[in-house]
Amino acid sequence: MTQSVVVQVGQCGNQVGCRFWDLALREHAHVNKRGLYDEALSSFFRNYEGICWGHILTYLHPQAVLIDMEEGVVHGILQGPLREVFDSTQLLTDVSGSGNNWAVGNLMYGSAYRDSIVNKLRKAAEHCDCLQCFFLIHSMGGGTGSGLGTRVLSLLEEEFPDVCRIVTAMYPSAEDDVITSPYNSVLAMRELTEHADCVLPVENQSLVDIVNKISLMSHDAKPGCVLKKESTVTSGQGGVSPTERPFDAMNNIVANLLLNITSSSRFDGSLNMDLNEIANNLVPFPRLHYLVPSLTPLYTLADVNIPTRRLDQMFSDAFSKEHQLIRADPKHSLYLACALMVRGNVQVSDLRRNIERLRPSLPFVSWNQEGWKTGLCSVPPVGHAHSLLALANNTCVKPTFMELRDRFTKLYKKKAHLHHYLHVDGMEQSAFSEALSSLSALIEEYHHLDATKARLIPDAPRLSIAR
Amino acid sequence: MSVVTVQLGQCGNQVGQELFDVMCSDARDVHRKTYSAVSCERFFRQTTQGALEARAVLIDMEPKVINHSMSKAAKSGRWRYGETSHFSQKQGSGNNWANGYCVLGPRHRDAVEELVRREVEHCDMLAGFIPIMSVAGGTGSGVGTFITQCLRDVYPSSFVLNHLTWPYGTGEVIVQNYNSVLTLAHLYQLSDAILVHENDIVHKICSQLLKIKQISFSDINRVIAHQLGGVLQPTLTPASCGAYSRHPIGELMSALACHPEYKLLSVCTIPQMASSSIAFSTFSWPALLKHLRQMLISNSKMEGGIDWQVCPPPASAGRSRSLSAGSFNTSLANLLILRGKDVYSAETGGFEDPAIYTSWLPPDEALSLWKSPVPFNKYEKSATLVSNSQALLRPLDDMVRKAWNMFASR
Repeated sequence: MTQSVVVQVGQCGNQVGCRFWDLALREHAHVNKRGLYDEALSSFFRNYEGICWGHILTYLHPQAVLIDMEEGVVHGILQGPLREVFDSTQLLTDVSGSGNNWAVGNLMYGSAYRDSIVNKLRKAAEHCDCLQCFFLIHSMGGGTGSGLGTRVLSLLEEEFPDVCRIVTAMYPSAEDDVITSPYNSVLAMRELTEHADCVLPVENQSLVDIVNKISLMSHDAKPGCVLKKESTVTSGQGGVSPTERPFDAMNNIVANLLLNITSSSRFDGSLNMDLNEIANNLVPFPRLHYLVPSLTPLYTLADVNIPTRRLDQMFSDAFSKEHQLIRADPKHSLYLACALMVRGNVQVSDLRRNIERLRPSLPFVSWNQEGWKTGLCSVPPVGHAHSLLALANNTCVKPTFMELRDRFTKLYKKKAHLHHYLHVDGMEQSAFSEALSSLSALIEEYHHLDATKARLIPDAPRLSIAR
Repeated sequence: MSVVTVQLGQCGNQVGQELFDVMCSDARDVHRKTYSAVSCERFFRQTTQGALEARAVLIDMEPKVINHSMSKAAKSGRWRYGETSHFSQKQGSGNNWANGYCVLGPRHRDAVEELVRREVEHCDMLAGFIPIMSVAGGTGSGVGTFITQCLRDVYPSSFVLNHLTWPYGTGEVIVQNYNSVLTLAHLYQLSDAILVHENDIVHKICSQLLKIKQISFSDINRVIAHQLGGVLQPTLTPASCGAYSRHPIGELMSALACHPEYKLLSVCTIPQMASSSIAFSTFSWPALLKHLRQMLISNSKMEGGIDWQVCPPPASAGRSRSLSAGSFNTSLANLLILRGKDVYSAETGGFEDPAIYTSWLPPDEALSLWKSPVPFNKYEKSATLVSNSQALLRPLDDMVRKAWNMFASR
């Protein structure tokens, strides 16, 4: 059984991470009735005495490193109900924060805390029998998350080159309250393109839309049709924290995303899908590793006998615009590859039937017409009978990146706020132009692939065999 | 003579477990002592407490599937896997053939060879090896190819019959075509014969013939196990002089693998129907064999929807070597296995017709007939046809085309 380490950086990263650990404990409590430390738990937690399977849980430690340059959020976690779960050696905090400045986070704190960060990462890795993956959670708009987070990413690549790095990055929406977020995001994007194995971009605005949609559904539900409120993808009910704070619903969605991605490597299933298979199958060219996630179902009705139609609806929803975690419409852009990770009582015939049903409406790139990677896990998530996570490597990320580039150039043309960055030791103006050209090159690559969308590409001539 | 099975990867372990289940229930439920004894000797060994242990080595790069298969076997109560006959690591191959073949295979070569050696030493006489794997994943395809190579090196005079499961054409793994092409290219040099099952076809059998509404992988694996069991269970062959054959794999090779360039074998079985319908059906050998012959020449693997218009071209017309030469399936060699009541009266002349075989092989050598008076798997009469023919040509061509397109992009 492989282990994963979660590294949460910055305010956003730590808040999402906190929800993740809460929901992970809830899920394992649901599945693991006898309270014994088993293989599934060992992928994210270690038992106090070290890895001894079959022993009663004495003291669970999550395999995590929490980093923030101001103390408020981490201290909040340590005073909340999860305080007994983390120990102080997993935390790294400072006092003053990064001031929403990527350069401060990446260069100033990055070099000051380099050794300390590497030590904590190494310690977390040593506890693992077989470390498979680092999950990095941070936002792109702030200073610590984007700056220090991407610095941690490059440290992970240096120190642990063989371990997969999956980054969950929270992209800012257009109406973000941080003025320098375009600078921070584009500077961080360059690091993500170079050093990450996979990036799961998530946009705040999509999360807000999904949460609003769910609360609308539960208010407008038809009479006689009871909506199970506690089984939505956004609810933390049944977890450790008693009350729900603002942003919790949105963060729960991202936490559920991470739980679903790792479900097949933790639990049994008829067609397993490990984390290393994700990068291997979904990333056709090294820089195009941005996978758009979408989670369904978002809510369940209280009826127990779920007819096949509802199952098929789940599959259709996964490809609709409203369920994607970034503002994009994958159905009208080109698919390079798509992964479907199903949990619960779904059989291979349901999966094949739905793939055949939906395939004609989805444009796939010419050299990967059957670009599906499928996984079946038998354990459903808490509160649902089955669920589907779709990860699409799709050119619909291009408009998102182009918008980001536009917001960046608007500020950069006027050199607004630039002096805050250039004041930091080691930061030069060339960093900005390089980041901009890296982003442009990425957009160009997606554009090239998009251009092949409507064209009918003939089969490449086959090798001729000597007779 | 005993057969050692090597189960590789998730598919290999799941199919292998169903296969041993089918063979154990067949051997146990049947009331013919010699048949049971030969079958048990072939695939199982008796422990000192009298329990049956499968002659199998289970290999996977991650532990979940092996644990599942072993506990499922033990739960059946009738047979189980050897306690130490398995090898697993902690992390899978990541659907990467190169990882399986170049890195993980060599790294664990010694451990696996040791396990196989121990299993072989338990055998009085080794009939051959059957590695079971899929071609779409990383472990089955990559590690499986490497282990087949090791078996060839360490046991050069033993037969190796590879059993492969081909993935769904609509995509199960994105890099499945790469993995498949790489595997087949290597196995063609290493293996004596390659027996293939396609997920697409077996899925259709489950939905259209067996009428299963929600098909799971265990249903698919059970159909594969049933077809394989029909091939591997004891039979009376022309060479075995009135007793059950003691060289099943060797005789299969000499019957079918007549030319080193033609190793791909396909299987079809008749009848296949929902178990609830068996009680209401009657079977007759002429009807079964007629359907089976038409299934062979029209390249259909099921009794439903057979194209009765296809017939052998007249002998005077030249045989063109193109794929699209009508839809007539030319065979090199066929092995017909009949099981059940009145096998000796079955008339198999239809399969001896020279028109269904190629012109450059003597037609009287092309058909081999094995019989067993014992009914198999609840069917009063059943026939299995293993054929070395053009049946797998189209799916193979599709696979190569898709792999090449993916490779040639950019």
